Amino acid sequence: MSKIKDAFKNGKAFIPFITAGDPDLATTEKLLVEMSRSGADIIEIGIPFSDPIAEGVVIQEADLRSLEAGTTTDKIFDMVKRVRSEIKCELAVMTYMNPIFVYGTDKFMAKCSECGISAVIVPDTPFEEKGELAPYCDKYGVELVSLIAPTSHDRIKMIAKNSQGFVYCVSSMGVTGVRSEITTDISEMVSLVRSVCDTPCAVGFGISTPEQAKSMAQYADGVIVGSAIVKIVAQYGRECIKPVCDYVKSMKEAILSN
Amino acid sequence: MSKGKFGIHGGQFVPETLMNAINEFEEAYNKYKDDPEFVSELDTLMREYAGRPSRLYYAEKMTNDLGGAKIYLKREDLNHTGSHKLNNCLGQCLLAKKMGKTRVIAETGAGQHGVATATVAALLGLECEIFMGKEDTIRQALNVYRMKLLGAKVNAVETGTMTLKDAVNEAMREWTNRVSDTHYVLGSVMGPHPFPTVVRDFQSVIGREIKAQLLEKEGRLPDVVMACVGGGSNAMGAFYEFIKEDSVALIGCEAAGLGVDNPKNAATIANGTLGIFHGMKSYFCQNEYGQIAPVYSISAGLDYPGIGPEHANLADTGRAQYVPVTDEEAVCAFEYLSKTEGIIPAIESSHAVAHCMKIAPTMGKDKIIVVNLSGRGDKDVAAIARYRGEDIYE
Repeated sequence: MSKIKDAFKNGKAFIPFITAGDPDLATTEKLLVEMSRSGADIIEIGIPFSDPIAEGVVIQEADLRSLEAGTTTDKIFDMVKRVRSEIKCELAVMTYMNPIFVYGTDKFMAKCSECGISAVIVPDTPFEEKGELAPYCDKYGVELVSLIAPTSHDRIKMIAKNSQGFVYCVSSMGVTGVRSEITTDISEMVSLVRSVCDTPCAVGFGISTPEQAKSMAQYADGVIVGSAIVKIVAQYGRECIKPVCDYVKSMKEAILSN
Repeated sequence: MSKGKFGIHGGQFVPETLMNAINEFEEAYNKYKDDPEFVSELDTLMREYAGRPSRLYYAEKMTNDLGGAKIYLKREDLNHTGSHKLNNCLGQCLLAKKMGKTRVIAETGAGQHGVATATVAALLGLECEIFMGKEDTIRQALNVYRMKLLGAKVNAVETGTMTLKDAVNEAMREWTNRVSDTHYVLGSVMGPHPFPTVVRDFQSVIGREIKAQLLEKEGRLPDVVMACVGGGSNAMGAFYEFIKEDSVALIGCEAAGLGVDNPKNAATIANGTLGIFHGMKSYFCQNEYGQIAPVYSISAGLDYPGIGPEHANLADTGRAQYVPVTDEEAVCAFEYLSKTEGIIPAIESSHAVAHCMKIAPTMGKDKIIVVNLSGRGDKDVAAIARYRGEDIYE
């Protein structure tokens, strides 16, 4: 049974992203616990990478702050394992292929499983290169989330047929970051996915306001927000718990209000 | 299925947003590479515009001075825009045009690839935008102005180490932002498939010419072909024709900066480990957690933490040898070739000249070394003067 799919059962899912270790791991720990109490259904934990090519400036800077503070993959796993029982929602890891590969893909997925992380999202590893990850994910029962983009067109069905957990619908061209307007036809993307599988669809890239979230939730099963939250963390530093949780609550309410 | 493999290296590790763009590029390449009209158009540009074939020059004074193997210099520095980079830009921009693209983007380190891309964009009427690390825009200020003169927009990249890898990151980000009208003219034999193959094919003219020219002059193949390696395009271009010729030794010269044992170096084969970055599986300078290292070389063009996947495979199989060359050795070679032959080589190419100076005296006079002189050194004069303590600014 898929824990990630279960997270979509209570209506529309809200999926916040934070960069682990920004500004430090103690803050990340509090955020994981408190966001899960504030309505997050799945939390995406970003393992920082020196060269995150799919990220806009906000998350690039968060990755650098975290690495400069001495965050490592091992320290992140240790922290998650310690507080996992207090986190009331599912966890997914978002990072790039290199930190996984160099850590040892087998060891990485074993650690995910040991720490109660149900899924991985790897934006620089497309369908054609799944072989680097899928065998190890399967071995340890970690679900590999597939991404589809506004340029995917004829690739959507192929990708969706093999999807696990949820399908990450990239709503905009370019990199992550807050956008004032989302012009991609999300309903068409989602209906192409639904024509071949029943994997839930979550939309991300560019969403920041409750209005945008509400509008996306009309078509999708979940909404992912990264840069808008990382911005709050950057602004408030260690004092970010309350403003982030207030934001999470407002977004969850907005997507349930359709 | 993973495509574009060289042994265990290569592949297509890019965001989904780019997959259709690189698939479309691969289809276009396969469609046009043997198309008589495309081939003839490219040949004409290579001959009439770039000035090919470039000379294979017998460096007699250098040969006599070093007292060993006979040394030939493949004069890619005489190519239009002053380096081998134009060969690939002519090919890729012509393809971009056939694909109906109206805009090209590119990364650049020393500025040579940026200048070459801006040049061809001007010639073919394409809009052009170049990404260059801010550090490099300072080291190579003249090239920045050259690109602007050619009509390109130059973006100084202020993220990360502000050098070549960051310029590649930013060019890739820009490509995900705008794929419909834009082609990314990657400048080296790196990145996701099909770039390593396409760039190698467009640069392989270097090795084909070396072979034909040396057969004419000496009636035989060289014993050694050597070239500097950052991403590795001039080396791959020089090596490719000779991979099947077992008697020809292939040597890639990496930038060792302050020394392979000093953290300030960019010698990927010497110090790198297997990783997956910038679209490819290959060797990278990185830490135990896969964080890419901030590499260093006096040469902005070799200041890159990775190496093309085909080179990684040639290193694995032992078909090519990769040797580290320090800043100091490269600068000495830069000065030596200037004084001995009256040829000022690019600081990148000087890494190969430096290794030639080491091994030529150890080889018999009946042996032949070909050094690929990938670019000319005008762009480096001010930086070398500063390295030697002269207060010169451009």
